[in-house]
Order: sequence, then C-alpha cells, then structure tokens
Amino acid sequence: MQPEKSDPLIVTKWDRIAHTDAFKDLMAAKARFIVPATLFFIVYYFALPVLVGYAPDLMRREVIGPLNIAYLFALSQFFMAWLVAALYMRAANRFDSMAKKMLDVHQAGEGK
Amino acid sequence: MSTPLIMFVGFIALTLGITMWASRQSSGASAFFAAGRRITGWQNGIAVAGDYMSAASFLGIAGIIAFQGYDGFMYSVGFLVAYLTVLLIVAEPLRNTGKYTMADVLAYRLSPRPVRAVAAISTLTVSTFYMIAQMVGAGTLVALLLKGSGITYNGAVTMVGILMVAYVVFGGMLATTWVQIVKAVLLMCGTFLLSILVLAHFHFSLREFFGAVSHVQDGAKVVNFLTPGLRYKPPYGALDLISLGLALILGTAGLPHILIRFYTVPDAKTARVSVVWAMGIIGTFYIMTTFLGFGAATIVGKAYIAKNGGVNMSAPLLAKYLGGDIFFAFISSIAFATILAVVAGLTISASTSFAHDVYENVIHHGRKQSPGKTVLVARVTAFVVGAVAIAIAIVLGPTFNVAFLVGLAFAVAASANLPVILLSIFWKRFTTEGAVCGLATGLVGSLALIVVSPSIMGIDGPAVAVSARHLIQAAPLFPLENPGIVSIPLGFIGAFVGTMMSRVDDHSEAKFTELEVRANTGLGSEQATAH
Repeated sequence: MQPEKSDPLIVTKWDRIAHTDAFKDLMAAKARFIVPATLFFIVYYFALPVLVGYAPDLMRREVIGPLNIAYLFALSQFFMAWLVAALYMRAANRFDSMAKKMLDVHQAGEGK
Repeated sequence: MSTPLIMFVGFIALTLGITMWASRQSSGASAFFAAGRRITGWQNGIAVAGDYMSAASFLGIAGIIAFQGYDGFMYSVGFLVAYLTVLLIVAEPLRNTGKYTMADVLAYRLSPRPVRAVAAISTLTVSTFYMIAQMVGAGTLVALLLKGSGITYNGAVTMVGILMVAYVVFGGMLATTWVQIVKAVLLMCGTFLLSILVLAHFHFSLREFFGAVSHVQDGAKVVNFLTPGLRYKPPYGALDLISLGLALILGTAGLPHILIRFYTVPDAKTARVSVVWAMGIIGTFYIMTTFLGFGAATIVGKAYIAKNGGVNMSAPLLAKYLGGDIFFAFISSIAFATILAVVAGLTISASTSFAHDVYENVIHHGRKQSPGKTVLVARVTAFVVGAVAIAIAIVLGPTFNVAFLVGLAFAVAASANLPVILLSIFWKRFTTEGAVCGLATGLVGSLALIVVSPSIMGIDGPAVAVSARHLIQAAPLFPLENPGIVSIPLGFIGAFVGTMMSRVDDHSEAKFTELEVRANTGLGSEQATAH
C-alpha cells in the first residue's frame, strides 16, 4: 500500500484506505452495477402505474385468453425483482472478495 | 371450546413458550436489542417477511382485490419491488455503520443529539400509526371470529397489547424474531393451501380461473376484474397510483421496524442474504394474493362478503366457503398470528429507539450507561407503548377506518426517514441542520397532506353511517389519497436546503470518508457476541 506522501488530510486509517487504488476500484465496481440496476428497476416499476394511468386502452388489451397486458406486466415485476436480486448477489460476491483482499493488504501494511 | 379458540390458544401458548426459551438465553444490551447479532441469513429473511407482511397485506390486499380487482394487485407489486431499494442501497451500509437503530447511521457523521431526537420522533410516529392500524384490525377480527365466545373488541385489543409487550419485555429481539418466523411459516402454509383450494375449485385450470375473474358479477353488472381503474379513477387516479408507488418503493427502506432486523445478523453479507430470502417469500406471497383476492371475488362474491364482516374478511370467508369451519379457524388464527408478529416488531422498534436514541444518547449525551439500565428503559418503554396503543385502539373503536394509517406510515417513512438515510450515506456535504430539516419537513409534510386528503376530508351524504363518516366534513384540499408524490420531494428539498443554509461541517465531511470505507468494507462494524 502506498500512502500518498505529504497530504496533511491523510491521518487516519480510514483516509489511508480511502486513498488506495483498491478502494477506488471497489467503489467504481459497485457503482457500475448498483447505479444502472437501480435506474433500471425504478424505470421498469414506474412504467406500470404510468402506463396503467395514462395508456389504459393499451393495458386493457387481452393477449393470452382473458389475461391483459396490465396483469402480465404487473406479474412480470415479480420476476424482474427476483432477477435483479440474483444478479446483485453474483456481483456482490465479487465485491466481497475485492474488499477482503484490500483489507488483508491494509492489515499487513498496518502491522509492520 | 370452539375450534378457532383452540387454535388461537395453541398459537399463543407456542409463542409464550418461545418467549420463555428466549428469556433464558444470554442477556445484555446486544442480546436484547439485536438478538446477539447471531441470527442466520435464512432465519432473518423469514423474520423480515414475518415482520413485513401485516394484516393489511393478508386481509387488506386480499379484500381490495376482491372488491376492486386489479388495482389492489398494484399494492402487491410495490410491496415486493420495494425490497430492491433495501437490497441494493440500504441494508448493507446500515448493517456496517449502525448498532441498534436507524438513527445510528445519521449519528455516525452528524451531531448525535439533535438527529437522534428527531429521528426518534419519526420512528415513534411511524411505529404508532402502524401499530394502531394493526390493533384495531386485530380487535375487529378477533371479536368477529370468536363471536359467541364472549370476547369483545376491547378484550381482544387488550389481549393483543399484553401479548406483544410480553414477547418484547421477556424475550427481547430473540423472541420477537422467532415469533415472526413461526408466523411467516404459518402464513405461507395457509396462503398456499388456500390458493390450491381456489385452483381446485376451477379444476386446476388457470384459463377457467382467469375466465371467471374477467366476468365477475358485481351487483347487476358483469365486470372484468382484470381491468385497471376500478379503484383509482380519473381525474387523479393515475397520479395517486404513482404517488402510492413512490411511497412503497422508498418507504419500505425507511421503516424502522424492518431496518433494525438487519442488526440481528453477524455481518453485511448475511444481511444481504436475508433480504434475498425475504424477497423470495414476500414475492411468492404477493403473487398468491391473485388467488386469494380474485378467488374471493369469483367464488364468494362481493355482496356476501359485504354482508358478513366486510372487505377485510374476504380471505377468511373464502377459506370458510372452500374448506369449512376448521379451515376458517385455521386461516383466522393465521391472521391473528400475523398481527401479533407485526405488533411485536413495532413494539421492539419503538422501545429500542427510545432507550438507545433518546435515553442513552439524547438524555445522557451518549455517556456509557450500564447495559442493564438501557435494557430496563426499553422494557419500561414497551409497557408504555403497549398501554398507549391499547388505549388509543379502544378510544377509536372497531369501526374506525384504519386503512389510511398504514399508508401514512409508509408515507412518513419515505418522506422523512429515507431521504436523510440516503444523504448521510452518499452526500459528503450533508450537515446536522440538513438532517433535522429533512426529517421535520418530510414528517410534517406527509402528516399535513394526509389530514387535508380525501382519507380524512370529505362531505358525506346523510345516508352514510356515523362511524364511516370522514373526520372533517369539508371538501378535501389535496386531491390524492397518497401524499408521497409531494411529501417525498419535500423531505429531500428540506434536507438539501437545510444543508446549504448551514455552514460546511468539517467534522461531518471528515467522518464521511470513515463512513464510506466502513459501509463498503465492513471494517470496524459491530460484531456478533460470542456464544
């Protein structure tokens, strides 16, 4: 670990960790997943009340027997939520190992 | 003894047994408030589901779908998707930076006394509204189900109050957790059986089932219950739906009794696993509300339900029609268990907030109190909360319309709590003034908008019964039932303006780095207690 040299603000172990490339990589990796995933689920979710409210004729259209687009779209939200959760679990395992590696390096650095 | 009574007594005996067992486990503050942080991922996941799926879901949503079709299912969708906010944004940072309450996250960077004081007010407000809704529901339900056994509304309310206090006072978070787990398992079994019976009624043909749903006899008309718009009508229906969606999606991640569950697990990874378990259970449950609600609409019929207990009795009456008296008793005692588990969660959340935020940190400036004393304060608080909830529920009476109280709890959680949680995790410049201002505008804004909304204000014709009349007989000043679309931005704006009006807080900015590292790596987070 390379603590940056003459920066007076870097005094605590938290600052030292925050300034490592490993931590910046971790934060960037998290943002790369969490920001688009959050935007996606919010847009997908609010599309339902917006379409139900403002395009009722489209949503009333029956596609499978009596099942209309409104009901199928609502049902799809459950699977969307589970899918996003599953993808996040996979990504989070990667974040965990990045964080662990970083903390191991940090602890070795503090110990010397 | 009647069958329902036997099942009720059986459930009460089981939960009191759990409480006795829990009271003999290790004591201390971490044990009482956070079950020693030794709850496993799947256990906590089931407990979160048990904490969350209230009578408003089981009885209320089934009833709304039975009476107003598709629009009720919109609630079901929101209740699950909301957990993505919990999973992606809130659960792990909260677990890594806090100790016992939601306010811990705010107090990490900001001046602890003011933010804890205001956050405790918000927590107690949300918990009280939610609890009163459950208590009134429980009283009505029990009085109706045990008709003839001599148990009145007041007696039922008192019994629920005493039980929830007993779980919390003697068993703390550990007993509350296991009561919630037992309840969630029972609720899932009951809902699953009821769904199977509904499908069996339609010869296990989804085509036949949905065919019937699209031709429901509603008075003299035949109505397609899959069509949106039976509840939320123009001109404001669309906005109201969006507003409801906002309150659900952002409110769940701000409900104090849900958030404190993530302190009961050893680390952030386990917290994450428990959210996913909860999502599996909660999603399955809410998909099945399709069968409960539409089943009641098609098989039992609106007219019969309206005459025999009203909209909230849709699911129990469906059980009676399909499975006879024994199954009716089973489903009814599940509804009762559902209420007990939720009020226990609310009681411990209110007690923890008062003992940890107000007593330990506001009154005693965070000077270390003996853990025994803080736990004692929490136990006394549980008594007070129980007594107040019983009194209010009795004063309001069985006919009081409680549906809007649950909506109000979500609106306050989304407008007051969530903005400040998010900003303290993500915004370096955030200050104490900003947090206090955000909490206050969100809280006051949502309360004020509810008071002037159609839930409270309205002009009733002379034909409307006294108990069903609006509290304020005047035209509503705010057209939506759900205030979120206005009150949530108010909460964020309040937090932003409060921050920008205050001086740059060097302490808060310096601690932001610490919070960021801790939230994202778990370094320095509260550990589980040794066995």
